[in-house]
Amino acid sequence: MLNWFGMPVQSAITDSLVTNGLLLTICLMLMNTFRYYLPKREQFVSVFGICVLFAVLWLLISRWLLGLTVSFYDTSPELLHRSLPIRFSIAVLILGCVAMVSALWNTWSEQKENETRKADAEKLAKDAELFKLRQQLQPHFLFNSLNSINALIGMKPDEARKMVQQLSDFLRGTMRKEENQFITFSEEMDYLKLYLEIEKVRFGYRLKTEMDIAEESLGWKIPALLVQPLMENAIKFGLYGTTGEVTIGLRARIVDKHLVVAVMNPFDPDMQMPPGTGFGLNSVKRRLYLLFGRNDLVEVNKSQNSFIVIFRIPDINA
Amino acid sequence: MRKIIIIDDEPLARSIVKEYLQKHKDFEVVQECNDGFEGVKAIQQHQPDLIFLDIQMPKINGFEMLELIEQPPAVIFATAFDEYAIKAFEAHAIDYLLKPFNQERLDKAIQKWSDANNKPNEKNTQDLLETASQSPAQSQRIVVKSGSKIKIIPVHDVLYLEAADDYVKIHTKEGYFLKNKTMSHFEQVLDPQQFVRSHRSYIVNVQQITRIDPYEKDNHVAVLKAGTQIPVSRSGYVKLREVLGL
Repeated sequence: MLNWFGMPVQSAITDSLVTNGLLLTICLMLMNTFRYYLPKREQFVSVFGICVLFAVLWLLISRWLLGLTVSFYDTSPELLHRSLPIRFSIAVLILGCVAMVSALWNTWSEQKENETRKADAEKLAKDAELFKLRQQLQPHFLFNSLNSINALIGMKPDEARKMVQQLSDFLRGTMRKEENQFITFSEEMDYLKLYLEIEKVRFGYRLKTEMDIAEESLGWKIPALLVQPLMENAIKFGLYGTTGEVTIGLRARIVDKHLVVAVMNPFDPDMQMPPGTGFGLNSVKRRLYLLFGRNDLVEVNKSQNSFIVIFRIPDINA
Repeated sequence: MRKIIIIDDEPLARSIVKEYLQKHKDFEVVQECNDGFEGVKAIQQHQPDLIFLDIQMPKINGFEMLELIEQPPAVIFATAFDEYAIKAFEAHAIDYLLKPFNQERLDKAIQKWSDANNKPNEKNTQDLLETASQSPAQSQRIVVKSGSKIKIIPVHDVLYLEAADDYVKIHTKEGYFLKNKTMSHFEQVLDPQQFVRSHRSYIVNVQQITRIDPYEKDNHVAVLKAGTQIPVSRSGYVKLREVLGL
């Protein structure tokens, strides 16, 4: 540079300081702008235009400043004039690069932020839905149980006390915290027994149950409160579908590294089902889908006079 | 002595009503029934002055049971939770008890009934049943009595309905059943996408129609799978075409 133009060192340093300092300031301004304003894909032409505009601006200001500060150009102004196109193209290039990089960077980080936000929202929605599905409690069951307790208080106070206890334990179970989402099958069965005890008090001799549970299935981990809504469904289906005694069956086995549970109830194929009976089944399907991402875990078998729901739980440790 | 029948599928729910009634010396519980079928029989046999009736019961619900009785007695409903039922009760001032209820509440209901001259209010009962029949359960099935038997007809088994004086003939594959209701009642209750009033006296199940033929100059007939021909009026034809998407 010095040799080419024969510039004194002093002037060259002042020149580069002024022009580069100015360029840096403009770059920072540009970057700052892009932090708040993100150009869309089709607007990149206008971004380029902005860069050119800034470059022209920069050129004008620096020329003016150089005229003031660098006395060398007073004597040889044509040198400054001739260097202007070179200065201009370098400025456009640098500004263009800075604009591009900062735009890309900001786009990328916003996208990433969006993704995390979306994932968070989805997780929240999923948790809320799972919680709601688990918490569904039939008001019919609750009020009728309270009515039974009311009747027992007069006739058999001890049994009334027992039923209050069972109902409380049952309700506590439905409000169990999210972190214990998976429980062992035997815990679920204890919980189910509570529920069945209450239903048996309500319906008396009409409700019978048959449990057939393989020993090895007791330790299997399953989502909490999964069997109870199916049992509730089976009871409703069975008891409201026929007038006589009703036997509800439950069978559990381990088959092919899955816990396979079948819930059976008798039904009259001519009957139209009372409303709401499909709810338990749908909520179980939905929960298993949300938890395992599979749609093939629930199966319904309707035969001449029995209705069987079979669901399979994969090994969560596998 | 006033005769009372309690109809509820839960034994304890019946016994609490019985216990509360002990205070009322001029009442006698002549029978307790487990479901609507027993209820219909018992009401015919005893002609009670008052019944306590649950809504959700095996096979047929409390409202459907009442529909089967020619002259229903006075009714006090007792139910735990049923939004449709409660809507029906609120609209048509027959008293109702929400379970669990206490002695005072039952006493009040009995008092209310005594004040109303111990008479069942036919009109209120009819209006109540009309409102209640719009619940989803009752739009899925029709409960009828044929002789001493009670028959539950799923609506998809209905071929067509035909007006017959004060009754409606419900035609199915197994023949027809009579129900003491009006055509406009069924027109309201049944799904309009499945059942179309094709004529002043006919409502037809569109899933049963195989074709629609012209008939005389301005009219049409709908031919059902079984070959039956159903008259279609001019306005009925418009409605049918709309539902069938023609």
